[in-house]
Amino acid sequence: MAETKLQVSNLNKIFSGKTKKDPDVTALRDISLSIGEAEFVVMVGPSGCGKSTLLNIIGGLETATSGSVTIEGREVTGPGADRGMVFQGYSLFPWLTVRKNVEFGLKMQGVDAGTRAKAAQEYLRLVGLEGFENALPNQLSGGMKQRVAIARTLAARPEVLLMDEPFGALDAQTRVVMQELLARVSRETKNTILFITHDIDEAILLANRIYVMSRRPGTVRAVLEVKIEGERNHNILINPEFLKLKKKIMDMLWQESQDAAMDR
Amino acid sequence: MTEESKREKVRISRRHMAYRTMSVISFCAILALWCIATYGGMVNKIFMPSPTQVIQTTVEMARDGSLWMNCWMSVKRVMVGWFWSAVVALPMGMVMARSKAFSAIIQPIIEFARYLPVVALVPLTILYLGIDETQKYVIIWLGTFFQLVLMVCDTVSSVDKNMINAARTLGASRWQVYKEVIFPASLPGLMDDFRLTIGWAWTYLVVAEMVAASNGLGYIILKSQRFLATDVIFSGLITIGIIGLITDFTVKLLTSVIVPWHERLGD
Ligand SMILES: Nc1ncnc2c1ncn2[C@@H]1O[C@H](COP(=O)(O)OP(=O)(O)OP(=O)(O)O)[C@@H](O)[C@H]1O
Ligand SMILES: [Mg+2]
Repeated sequence: MAETKLQVSNLNKIFSGKTKKDPDVTALRDISLSIGEAEFVVMVGPSGCGKSTLLNIIGGLETATSGSVTIEGREVTGPGADRGMVFQGYSLFPWLTVRKNVEFGLKMQGVDAGTRAKAAQEYLRLVGLEGFENALPNQLSGGMKQRVAIARTLAARPEVLLMDEPFGALDAQTRVVMQELLARVSRETKNTILFITHDIDEAILLANRIYVMSRRPGTVRAVLEVKIEGERNHNILINPEFLKLKKKIMDMLWQESQDAAMDR
Repeated sequence: MTEESKREKVRISRRHMAYRTMSVISFCAILALWCIATYGGMVNKIFMPSPTQVIQTTVEMARDGSLWMNCWMSVKRVMVGWFWSAVVALPMGMVMARSKAFSAIIQPIIEFARYLPVVALVPLTILYLGIDETQKYVIIWLGTFFQLVLMVCDTVSSVDKNMINAARTLGASRWQVYKEVIFPASLPGLMDDFRLTIGWAWTYLVVAEMVAASNGLGYIILKSQRFLATDVIFSGLITIGIIGLITDFTVKLLTSVIVPWHERLGD
């Protein structure tokens, strides 16, 4: 594996109950993972197992109860431009044009207008949105909004890209288009990516490695390498290697849901 | 422009037309009822003057200049009093929405003050400030400020959290988050808050002009009661109504200029 970019060590997260009667919720238990430079890691797991919580802790939006997160050895203490995030709900700034949205991160970092405009143009081209520079987010479809959000995050030049079910709100066709787009973009930009999804096809299509989480409290249940040669596009959905891996992951998640039913 | 978008535009303008027609109809209905009641001799003229009488009185007051002078005094009081409550409420509400500590200190005081009837504070304002213009401004300030702070706080709190998170992970500092995200995102809601509180300011204007005033629309309405001059009362009420409509329209227009990106349902 290439040089380690993101390291999560023995992370625990307990949400303490609001009142004395409320029980504490252990969302994450002893999570450790490491992601190498330019690696695309996807995390799948049952609903409520703490995936978003983990991503938010890495992003600095939430604090861990114990354990540490480091980016190239630097400990994470709060949100920062070195960890770009893309959310399911796009969260674009509706008062800014597409171009201004994409320039936002650089503007916050004090980059001059000329450089910003050039960067915006470059990243909008990368996600196939030339010609929409002056549109407002409200005028775009869901898929286009998410492209803007991706361009906006990339333009801020993060070291790691954190994506929480970014395509979860899109229809099936648009989702495939976006998956192929992201596969291409990540190869071109050589970004380090941690991506969360419910969709096993999506996970295998995008990932170099897949972390399968257990049900809550979330722990790492398995780590699987995806060794599928060639371009990552919808054609691999019928690749035998793909199907073998899919079956394996489905079995694990099915087992988790059985155990969860037993707990109840 | 495509055929489809042209058709959509026509549809929207038709809908606007329909709204406007309905507004005009409801207005005309009230006017008609008034005409029937007065010209038909169904109510005593002393209690309800006819439209002609009211128009005559209004024209007279406009001729001798008293209408304009009283309008101006009232508008000035409302604007100054409301302006200062907005100037203080805006930053306070914004900080309250984002800082738990500040909110803990301020909120109970404001919640308490909010329920104090402003009328009951009039004697104190007179004792402290006398009966000059400042006292009128303070009454309007008291009437609108506490409500407005809470409204601003509410509006600012309801800014999409994900948007704030997105900004922070794009490298925005706390101050930049305020300036570049929270403020613009709250603007449509803030404009609504402003529009509502300006309306309330007119209520408190009448409170302010009820005691120790010698001019203003509220004053002439109250004075007229003593002389049973219902035509003046009606004229004053209608004037306040018209000024209210104009203010409302202006703020709405301003809103569509300031936040053109914001689309409201039903508009
Ligand atoms: N602020 C909070 N306070 C208390 N409990 C929380 C809080 N946030 C999340 N939780 C709990 O922590 C657990 C993990 O939540 P999280 O949102 O991380 O799950 P997830 O894996 O992202 O789920 P999904 O797949 O549905 O998005 C859940 O049981 C949730 O109820
Ligand atoms: Mg989630």
